[in-house]
Amino acid sequence: MTDREIPRIVSARWDLADGHTLERYRETGGYAALEKAVTTMTPAQVHEEVKAASLLGRGGAGFPAGVKWGFTPPGVFPRYLVVNGDESEPGTYKDRIIMERDPHLLIEGVLLACYAIGAAQAFLYVRGEMALAQERLAQALNDAYAAGLIGRNILGSDFSVDVVLHWGAGAYIVGEETALIESLEGLRGMPRLKPPFFPAAKGLYMQPTVVNNVETLSNLPWIVANGGAAFADLGAESSKGTRLFAVSGHVRNPGVFEVEFGTTTFRDVIFGERYADGIRDGNRLKAFIPGGASAPWFYEEHLDLPLEAGAVGAAGSMLGSGAIVVMDETTDAVKAAWRIVRFFARESCGKCTPCREGTAWLEKILRRILDGHGRPADVDKLLDICDNISPSITFPPKQTTICPLGPSAVSPIASAIMRFRDEFYAYCGGGEITVPVNGKAYLSTPPTVGANP
Amino acid sequence: MARFTDENVAIAEEIIARYPRKRSALIPLLHLAQEQDGYVTEEAMEHIAELVGITPAEVLGTASFYEMFKREPVGEYLVNVCTNISCMLLGGEELLHHLENRLGIKAGETTPDGKFTLEDVECIAACTEAPCLQVNYRYFYRVTPERADQLVEDLRAGKLSHEVPRHGVLSRVRQVLPENRAGVAPPDRNVEPAWLARNETATEGDT
Ligand SMILES: Cc1cc2nc3c(=O)[nH]c(=O)nc-3n(C[C@H](O)[C@H](O)[C@H](O)COP(=O)(O)O)c2cc1C
Ligand code: SF4
Ligand code: FES
Repeated sequence: MTDREIPRIVSARWDLADGHTLERYRETGGYAALEKAVTTMTPAQVHEEVKAASLLGRGGAGFPAGVKWGFTPPGVFPRYLVVNGDESEPGTYKDRIIMERDPHLLIEGVLLACYAIGAAQAFLYVRGEMALAQERLAQALNDAYAAGLIGRNILGSDFSVDVVLHWGAGAYIVGEETALIESLEGLRGMPRLKPPFFPAAKGLYMQPTVVNNVETLSNLPWIVANGGAAFADLGAESSKGTRLFAVSGHVRNPGVFEVEFGTTTFRDVIFGERYADGIRDGNRLKAFIPGGASAPWFYEEHLDLPLEAGAVGAAGSMLGSGAIVVMDETTDAVKAAWRIVRFFARESCGKCTPCREGTAWLEKILRRILDGHGRPADVDKLLDICDNISPSITFPPKQTTICPLGPSAVSPIASAIMRFRDEFYAYCGGGEITVPVNGKAYLSTPPTVGANP
Repeated sequence: MARFTDENVAIAEEIIARYPRKRSALIPLLHLAQEQDGYVTEEAMEHIAELVGITPAEVLGTASFYEMFKREPVGEYLVNVCTNISCMLLGGEELLHHLENRLGIKAGETTPDGKFTLEDVECIAACTEAPCLQVNYRYFYRVTPERADQLVEDLRAGKLSHEVPRHGVLSRVRQVLPENRAGVAPPDRNVEPAWLARNETATEGDT
């Protein structure tokens, strides 16, 4: 972590009681970037700034936003912008805070994106269970329309766009971008097979569609106001700017922190006094999930890795959706794995056999083990099922399915079994492991010296 | 009850008009039906089918995919306790069991007086505030067993009716698309948005 002053790009108004109002938003510099863009910049120039910023998507896949925007085929209109506010990856908590406490920041980001890509309509898809976020956004949209900031001839210019608030009704899989589009078309939220079509070319109504996450878009006002270079000046390697991380679980001060991307380490956010402040009750760290339930687990030997997409990827896991879940020594690894797998089993959309059947069997076997009926053969059987869902148990996982949900269920199991085998043996009365496991984080071994700081 | 009231038909038509294709309004309309009746009735699904121009079976097909749409009456208060990983680590399961005992029902059931339905749910995006729950999708953070008891009492006594509307009422603020709306962009008309012409002008100017 560097010592220089790091701007709060997406959390600047979180401490204000009225940060969600148009009045306070404008008083604190809001909509200045929109005005700058429509009065002094061409759409291509806005796009260039976002490219220069190297803004990585914050929804999970970490794809550069500027590059994705460039995939829309020229000359094909209308184009749509779909905002992914479905936040439901276990451990992930940040998009909802932006929508509740700073809805205009998101709206301004949406408008800038529409301006740059030439989208004539934007759909803001908010998770169904988030009633307050829906209320805050509805109010913010109504106020922004009344102020001439959205709609026809925005700020008196030739830029016209509608932002339509839409919301879901409870289904994790709808967060996957093609499922989100299906849902927005009024269908069951099941992912589309891709290739052949990617949303940028053929998405909503088979028209060019950019899907971006709430946090991703909320960075745009700052980038346009300060320039892409200033954003890229923060962070390191491929990970620029700042980023929100939710640190939950067995820590003294769980919270959502905006930190410099790429330079801050896991140790900083988990143990730093300004952040999660260490493990509760003076306990020892057992494991932590670095990027949401789909990510392979990390351990104390990973604490000094920077929160940098490339470095975390090279160590065999991912930063995913910025969700760090900390487990202390009192955690039952078998139970933790079961709970995460139950999530995937419940949320599988059912389209692909390896996911639908595989996650269901993994959950049943783990439940049986927890209920005291585990057998020695179960440990290998669990890995064998994992190997069927995602051959050779690598990371990133090989995909036998339409979307990555099924293969994600392999992470908690391979993590728990490879590191905490003895706990499985204690439940199952032993067991031999014959299925090869290849993911780097799964094979990580504890350091011989060095303990919990 | 069950088909949309005249007032809700007007709202429904306004919602439908926001989308390039009518069917996109399906989920918002199912929420509207649930807001009117507390759950989604068969008659409402038939009415939605008429409004959107698809079959009732297609409406059911979509509705049945999504967990929030209840096709049977549920309690006035739907209590969703998160037991996913961050909450599990800090007592989410124990909180659920405490409420099961307190209400005398299992997760998935409704109390005989129709006041409470209890559910064991997946992550609700409040992981740093574990263990947490929602009542009719309003959040309660860091809930201890004592706070849970108090919450049940307060809900029974109607003390929280301001913060927690009855089941079905989701957003109490509706978006209204006013006069200065840009208008729907129909997918079958290839028209370049006016402001993109600025790119051409700028390039010409540069050369
Ligand atoms: C199973 C699954 C669930 C997902 N859930 C979300 C989500 O809740 N929110 C989100 O922004 N992206 C989610 N994503 C990622 C989206 O597919 C997509 O990559 C993202 O919204 C793109 O936005 P970004 O490039 O700005 O990150 C999910 C992906 C998968 C496979
Ligand atoms: S992997 Fe699972 S969730 Fe994804 S499309 Fe296949 S069945 Fe559905
Ligand atoms: S795990 Fe309970 S809110 Fe996320």
